[in-house]
Order: sequence, then structure tokens, then C-alpha cells
Amino acid sequence: MSVPRFWREQQNRYNLIGTHCTTCNTYYYPPRILCPKCRREGKVVEHQFKGTGTVVTYSIIRSASDQFNDLTPYVIAIIELDEGTRLTSQVICEIDEMYIGMPVKRVFRRLGEDGESGPIFYGTKFVPA
Amino acid sequence: MRDVAVIGIGCTKFGELWDKSFRTLFIEAGEMAISDAGLSGDQIDEIFIGNMSAGRFVGQEHVGALIADYSGLATNNIPATRVEAACASGGLAFRQAFTSVASGMADIVVAAGAEKMNDVGTEETTDVLAAAADREWEGIAGVTFPGLYAMIARDYMNKYGLTREQLAAVAVKNHDNGLHNPIAQFPTKITIEGVMSSSLVADPIRLLDCSPVTDGAAAVILCPLERAHEFTDTPIQVLASTQASATIALHDRQDISTLDATVAAGNRAFKMSGLERSDIDFVEVHDCFTIAELCAIEDLGFCKKGEAGKLTEEGETARHGKIPVNTSGGLKSCGHPVGATGVKQIYEVVLQLRGEAGKRQIDAEIGMTHNVGGTGATVVCNILGRA
Amino acid sequence: MVGIITYGAYIPKYRIKTEEIARVWGGDGPAIARGLGVYEKSLPDMDEDTITIAVEAARAALARRSIDPQDIGAIYVGSESHPYAVKPSAVTVGEAIMATPIMTAADYEFACKAGTAAIQTTMGLTKSNMIKYGLAIGADIAQGEPGDALEYTAAAGGVAFVIGNDSPIADINLTASYSSDTPDFWRREGLPFPRHGGRFTGEPGYFKHILAGSHLMFEKAGTKASDYDYAIFHQPNAKFAQNVAKTLGFTPEQIKPGLCVPYLGNTYSGASIIGLAATLDIAKPGDRIFVTSYGSGAGSDSFDITVTDMIESEEFCRDAAPTVEQLLATKKIVDYAVYAKHKGKIVVMR
Repeated sequence: MSVPRFWREQQNRYNLIGTHCTTCNTYYYPPRILCPKCRREGKVVEHQFKGTGTVVTYSIIRSASDQFNDLTPYVIAIIELDEGTRLTSQVICEIDEMYIGMPVKRVFRRLGEDGESGPIFYGTKFVPA
Repeated sequence: MRDVAVIGIGCTKFGELWDKSFRTLFIEAGEMAISDAGLSGDQIDEIFIGNMSAGRFVGQEHVGALIADYSGLATNNIPATRVEAACASGGLAFRQAFTSVASGMADIVVAAGAEKMNDVGTEETTDVLAAAADREWEGIAGVTFPGLYAMIARDYMNKYGLTREQLAAVAVKNHDNGLHNPIAQFPTKITIEGVMSSSLVADPIRLLDCSPVTDGAAAVILCPLERAHEFTDTPIQVLASTQASATIALHDRQDISTLDATVAAGNRAFKMSGLERSDIDFVEVHDCFTIAELCAIEDLGFCKKGEAGKLTEEGETARHGKIPVNTSGGLKSCGHPVGATGVKQIYEVVLQLRGEAGKRQIDAEIGMTHNVGGTGATVVCNILGRA
Repeated sequence: MVGIITYGAYIPKYRIKTEEIARVWGGDGPAIARGLGVYEKSLPDMDEDTITIAVEAARAALARRSIDPQDIGAIYVGSESHPYAVKPSAVTVGEAIMATPIMTAADYEFACKAGTAAIQTTMGLTKSNMIKYGLAIGADIAQGEPGDALEYTAAAGGVAFVIGNDSPIADINLTASYSSDTPDFWRREGLPFPRHGGRFTGEPGYFKHILAGSHLMFEKAGTKASDYDYAIFHQPNAKFAQNVAKTLGFTPEQIKPGLCVPYLGNTYSGASIIGLAATLDIAKPGDRIFVTSYGSGAGSDSFDITVTDMIESEEFCRDAAPTVEQLLATKKIVDYAVYAKHKGKIVVMR
């Protein structure tokens, strides 16, 4: 990933900063600047998520792209944050620990790097709570 | 809006075609379709080509012009447009061609799809395909395409008690069909046990739950129905061609194991054609993974949610079942050159409706196609019938 | 008085046993483990590094006490394994705890004592009222060359201290340092592993500087070993720390809570101050703590600390973050192959 592409969303990724439509009281992470429910009537403001949630569904990746090959097998999951929005993240745990409905919390990890000499990308992953 | 018919079809062999380039594949399929329709190249008004990622797979963008040029049509300066919706690119090209003819903008239009996937390695292919999901918010977490469909499968199994055997039955059935398809990449018989003991790719999805990485191209020719008999004795009418969108990311779906865009495109297709589910004799669905076929059957309305596994296990989706699904072998056995798949589905339906499907021929008058981009962010449905 | 406002530690969950490392290199495992007094050491996950460890430690500190991260005016991260040679770890930590942008920051390196150097710097900045709070971190994913003696102890972990004047949980009464140019251990620019002077690291390095620094502190404070409830010394292994404590007149009981190295290993910049964190985990108001760090190259920083009533107040919640003991208990033992993969010792050409 290019430096500006990552840098632009760094705060979102580091601190789970998403958005909240105060018109319809819907939370968005990943952030949306346009509320799909209210569209132009929506008033969308920044919101920091607490970082706790529940596993909705998951898979254990055995075959990955180059960038993630060293991590296999690793768990990816769709997580519903307590505020009600969903995101996709790795869950750092033993693979046989995983179950649907598992409570999870945020941790700060490396998301990847642009080769050995390139920038390192940090952000949020989850662990069992 | 004018009625539209398919008057010519062509499709290359699907597989690892080491000696064929991207442009060669397309030309081969295009020539077959043109000669099938008995046309001269000069009669062609416009080309639409579905292609997901020539830019990443072969380093080539500006694919429309390239195809027009190497088809020998650049001298006529006809419009040539590349359309992209990940794995639904082919279906989209067909729908663009349909709207072009139906609107009266053009008469003889080529809808084609091509993908050359094997010029890069597996890890690179995995990365290219992951771009069909949300790169910024799914891809960065390390999701792969099998991983996304595995999350659908896990959710589905949890909700409906789908068994691993039922999932495997999809692959076994599609390979039984592919066995009789001369273009199929893997015309091989497989067993439930074989699927269940194949290596895990993204738990619970195993290698034999996945469609392969494929090179291939397909092309079809459309024209106004009123002119179809100038070119063929067996025109196939396009009764509906619809498209729908849904959220790009799987995590934003209301229900993880329902493809809203399939529901919407399917409903629109039935409304447009004025047909009922019971009027459809067979359907080519987008079985990029075994779970995808089950979701498709249900989301198109051929059975209730949660019942497609049982339906498959009982043989009702086999060639002589209640609703034959993927007589071509589907993406699973026939292969999945991503940009070509949507057009190959039309190719199969036309072959069946013309009665040219050889050993896998079924008795059918109306067929349907269902082509998915990403995890269901784009879906194209078409219904075709004998004119 | 200037002191520790809050603190937090982080240790990755993976461990490798000394005997497992010895098995690979043909050493006498039990004898090596006994000799060093080190039985297990921590190692990072595939996606952990000094920055992620520093962030987790800083977040643990902030979880224990509600302070506005915007009031943190300085962040110093001490480490000898910063992920970047050029580009500060400290700003990533600042961003990840939302302390940016009105703050100063820098990365420190002084072998194993860069963390205590960071504490001293933030003491100065807060005592002089240049800033309200300073964040001092010592964290490392310590490097040790495969087959080298260091490999038995080089571990991963980190600890963060918020320093300030505003009702600390522990007052830092005094600090004293002793430094000299002593080449006992070094890592040249661009090279992956440090080298050391073998037994030269002992007498002229570790013992000379820790003893001199500690005596300096006794003099400054007018104290002796028995005036303290607890003592923590840099712990490259258990034997060194036990010997130095004994020489200075401390009892095994005084150093016990802060001697983490037997089941953690040497977390380099984190080593002595993880011991301090472990001691604060159990300390009571009024307890007096003696700390001396050591960094090769070489130098030592001593601290005379008195725990205040704040540690048991409602404003401070020790239970809001895991104790060092809890972090040490959360573990997964791995074999050398997994360890080598996690430490990037398996080179994959791409």
C-alpha cells in the first residue's frame, strides 16, 4: 500500500475512529462520510469506538497472498463492535479457540509492510476479550 | 425497447493455456462466435469486453482498443469498450451489449469476456482477486477470496445446519457435468470423500470447494430479434438482462449468507421476462465456491433459505433433477477465467437451448444465468429462451 | 513532587525454554538455565515489534488512570530494536494514544538503560513545568545472534511510565547516574545482531557501573540497603542481579518481586523497569523502592522512589491493566522452529 493511502486513514486504523450519523443514530466503522440511510439529510461526525465486540463469522486462512504468507494459518473474522457496526479484522488467538459469538477487544499490531525497506503499517487487530 | 437475440457463440478451451496470450484467447473466441453467426467482421457495430484485471495479470490496460485492433476492426473504427465488475465483468459486458441493441443504438454487437490468469503466480493471483473486495477495509486485514466465502459458509452452516457433505455434493455434481463438457478445465470425476479430504484453503473451504485459476475467453453476438433469422435458424431470445449492486464489503451485508444483489437482480429478471421460477428449466449460477452455488439457488428463489444443501444432496440440481444447476460444470469444473465466466454462462445456455450440448444435453426451453462480482457487490442475471 | 502518575507493562505471550535453545545448539540445557537463572524467555508474535509493544504498554498505563492524553507533552521511547533506523517510534506511540500533535518526541538508545534515561528526561521536563506529563517507555524485541550466549536471554517486552508532578502514585525522590565509555557490548549500524566482550561485560561493565551508581545514590540520599522495602537492578540474567544486590546489602526478599528475568528473559530497555512495574503491582503506600538500571557502553541510572497514598486511591486503578505477574502467566511455549520464524531468523527470499 502506498504511503499516502495508508497515512490518510492512520488515525482511523490506530484508534478505531469511525463516524456516527447523529440524524439516524447509526455508527460506521469503516468510516462513511455519507450516511446511506439519511444521505444528504444525515449529519455525520467522527466517533471513536470503544474497541470491544463480538465475532459474527470467521475463517482460518491457510493460503494467502505474498504479504500475509508468513502469518498462515491466521484467523480473519467479521466483528460486530458493541456500538453496532461491523468490520473485518484478524483475530490473534489459537485457531482452535475460535467460535461464533466470541467476545473480542482491540490490540495494536503491525498490519503489514511494504517490503523490508518500505514503510511499516500499523493498526488495529483483535484478541479474545 | 427492441427484442434482442443471440445469434452466434464461441468459447475457447478453459485451462492453463501456456501457449496462448490474452489477445490470442479473445480472438479465438471472437472468431468462433462470428463464424457461428455467419457474419463478416464488417457487419459488427460495436464490441463490449468484460475483463477484470488485465492490468495486473498481463500488465495491459486499454483492453477495448487492443481487442478491436487485433480483431481487425480498428480499421472500421467501431466503438470497443472494456467493462469491469470483478468476476461479473463478463455478465456486465453481455448486459451492455444487450442495452446497446435493445435501445437501437447498434444492431450487431459482440459481448465478450476474457481473462489470462496464469501468467502470474498463485500469491499474485490471490492478491489480484482480493481487489474485488474492499481493498482498504477487507484486503488490509489479509482476507482472501476463499476466506470471504469461507466466512459466508461458516455463517450459513451456523444458521442452517448445512453439513460438510452437502457442501461437497455441489462440487461432485458440477464435476459430473464438467465431465461431459469439452471446454472444461477439470473434466474429472471427484467424490465426496475426495472433497472433504482435500487441503484446507480457508477453513471450512477446502481446495475442491474452490473454482480454479483459469485462462479462457468467450464471445457471443447479439442483434435485434427481428433480424436474427438473417443469420441463424436457431436464434435465442434474451428475455431479461438485469443487474444489481450491494455493499462492496461483506461485513456491511444485513445477512452474511444472503447476497442481496442476487435477490434484487433475480427479482428484476423475473419481472422483466414476466416468467415464474417454475418456468426456468435450468440455471448457470456463479459457483466460485461450493457455498456460493447454494446461496445462489436460494437467493434466486428456487428454494427456501437453508434448503439448497438438501436439494443438492438429493440430486435435484443434477442434470435430470427438478432444477438442473450448472450443466456446464460451473466455475468449479469448467473453470473460472474471471472476466470470461459471465459470457461462458450465456454460451452454455445457448448450447442447451439449441440442443447442441452433447452428452450433457438436457430438455430445456428457458435457461437463466447468474454472474457475481466480488462477494456479491455486483450481480448480473439473464434469462434466455428459444425464439 | 515529581513522580510516577501511572504505569503499564506489556509482554508478548510466546515463550521459549532455555533448554530448547540449548537443544538446538548442543548446550547442556539444564546447566545453562541454572547458571543464568533464566528458564524461559518471551518472544514477539509475527506482527509485534517494539512499537506495538510500546503502544500496548502506554495504553495499559492510560487504562489505569484517567488522564487527558493531550496533556502528555513529551514521549521518549528507549529501545535498541526500534523498527526504523530513521523515523521515530515515539510519534507512532503518540498517535496511537492520541497525544499528538502538541508534544515533543524522540527515540532513545543506550543499550539496556534507554528506558530509565527516558524517565530522567521526562522528570526534568515536568519538574521544570515545561510540560504537564511526560511518557517514558522502555521496550525491546531484543536481538541475540543464533548460537550466541545472548540468545538464551534476549526477550521481548516493554513498560511505560507517565511522569508528572500532579499527585503521583510514587514520588521519585532522587536520581543519580554514572557513565563512562566502556565497550562491553555494541551493535554496529546496519547489522542485525549485537556483539559483546564476553566476560568483559561483567566486572568492568555491569558490576562497576551498577555498584558505582548505587553507591552514589546511597550517598545522595543518605541511605543504606535496609532503608528500602524493595530493590530492582538491571537483570541480563538472574545471577548478575542477585550478586549485585548481595554486594550492596539487599536481601533476596527485597529483590524478589522485581526479579522478572527467570521466566521473562532480558527485555533490554525494558528489563529493570519491568521489574519496577512488577514491584509497583504489589507495593503499598509508604514503601520505598531502590532502582538501578544498567546500559552497556556504559552507564547506570539509580532512582529512590517512595510509593504514595495515591496508589490505593480511587483515581488510580491497578486492576484496569494486567500486572506483570499476570502477563508472565499468559503464555504459550513454542519450539525453536516457531521461535526462529517469529524472530525473522528464517530468511525467505522473495
